[in-house]
Amino acid sequence: MQIDIKYFGMLAEITGCDSEKVESEIQTVADLQKVLLDKYPDFKNKDFRIAQNQELVALETKLTGQEIAVLPPFAGG
Amino acid sequence: MSRYSRHISLQEIGREGQEKINASKVLVVGAGGLGCPVLQYLAAAGIGTIGVVDFDMVEESNLQRQILFGNTSLGRNKAAVAKEVLSNLNPTIAIHPYTEKLSPENVVSIFEAYDIIVDATDNFASRYLINDAAIVLNKPLVYGAIYKFEGQVTVFNHNNGPSYRCVFPNPPEKGTMPNCSEVGVLGVLPGIIGTLQANEVLKLVLDIGDTLSGKMYCFNALTNQSNTLRFHRNELEIEIVKARGKQFEVLDSSFFCSTDIPEIELKAIAEEDVLFIDVREYTEQPRISLENVIEIPLASLEENIESIPTHKKIIAFCKSGMRSKQAVSILKQHHILNCYSLKYGVNAFAKAELKTI
Repeated sequence: MQIDIKYFGMLAEITGCDSEKVESEIQTVADLQKVLLDKYPDFKNKDFRIAQNQELVALETKLTGQEIAVLPPFAGG
Repeated sequence: MSRYSRHISLQEIGREGQEKINASKVLVVGAGGLGCPVLQYLAAAGIGTIGVVDFDMVEESNLQRQILFGNTSLGRNKAAVAKEVLSNLNPTIAIHPYTEKLSPENVVSIFEAYDIIVDATDNFASRYLINDAAIVLNKPLVYGAIYKFEGQVTVFNHNNGPSYRCVFPNPPEKGTMPNCSEVGVLGVLPGIIGTLQANEVLKLVLDIGDTLSGKMYCFNALTNQSNTLRFHRNELEIEIVKARGKQFEVLDSSFFCSTDIPEIELKAIAEEDVLFIDVREYTEQPRISLENVIEIPLASLEENIESIPTHKKIIAFCKSGMRSKQAVSILKQHHILNCYSLKYGVNAFAKAELKTI
């Protein structure tokens, strides 16, 4: 399954891109989180939530959508 | 009411809607990059009572984006200047400045008098406090936050909608929290995000259109891309906050316990034998070249604590006096008790005309 992933804020600085396509057979959002942490070790120091098809979802959610967004909190004002 | 004729001529607002705006009470926490445009548009729209909370002083580096302020505002309290400027913009409304720092102790008494709260702050500790108080006092909360070229806007706690803790249940770990060293930001970005926050406030007051409740609007100024991510109420997180009630979580003592952190003015110490610790990053200017200054950025203070001589009075300083308070808090945790945070930060040296490079 090809997954389109969008990154925001400081996460996009770590990945070096706003978005990328990842080919994977993973099953759940938790699996996806693990893939991201393996690929980008600096994510371990960041808080983020994962959205699937424009909706923030729990880690146990089955990965169905191809459109993923990874959202960190911003503090600035 | 010719001041509001362009509102009144809108079918969706009319005279009745404008009266709702004039009767509403909105509290804006933070009069910085986000707060300035929020305040300007809300004052111009005729929000009848506006509260402004900000303990901070106007600095020159604020003027690139904090458009309520000018050169004559430098060194003055932001909430106080905001009241002056907004009173000129719209003398028919009431503006209440709160020049103290929002804290678990004062948040209830400040929030109680308002219908809607706007989070325009710049740190996680304040954001969680504001969120929790909004839940406990049952006030809708219009949230905006920025990072460099990107912004987020949403509405929390509206009509049993989700809260900040339903998106991010807990603040980031302390070590991962960005420090207050100057993260760059495109000046116009808080203008865009703050204006969107003002828009949400007006929709809430008028009960028209669709608000961003349950939807996080994300905007990127570089790409002009926007994404709206839906999210849901997490009853468990809300219940935890409600169970704590008005005993609000104290997230970072250095943000809230400013009275516990001793501050000192440069003129009060210039004659004494003291050791200054510059806790800014090495890249921050101007550097202070005095003999009795050592440089340890805040992030590495704990690991270097052994190297700090303790027989002198220690004065920590940073850019504005926030990080130095955290530094003093850390030093005290390590039983270095004769230490102070320098009021006004590095600028104090410039005012005292001491040698800088």
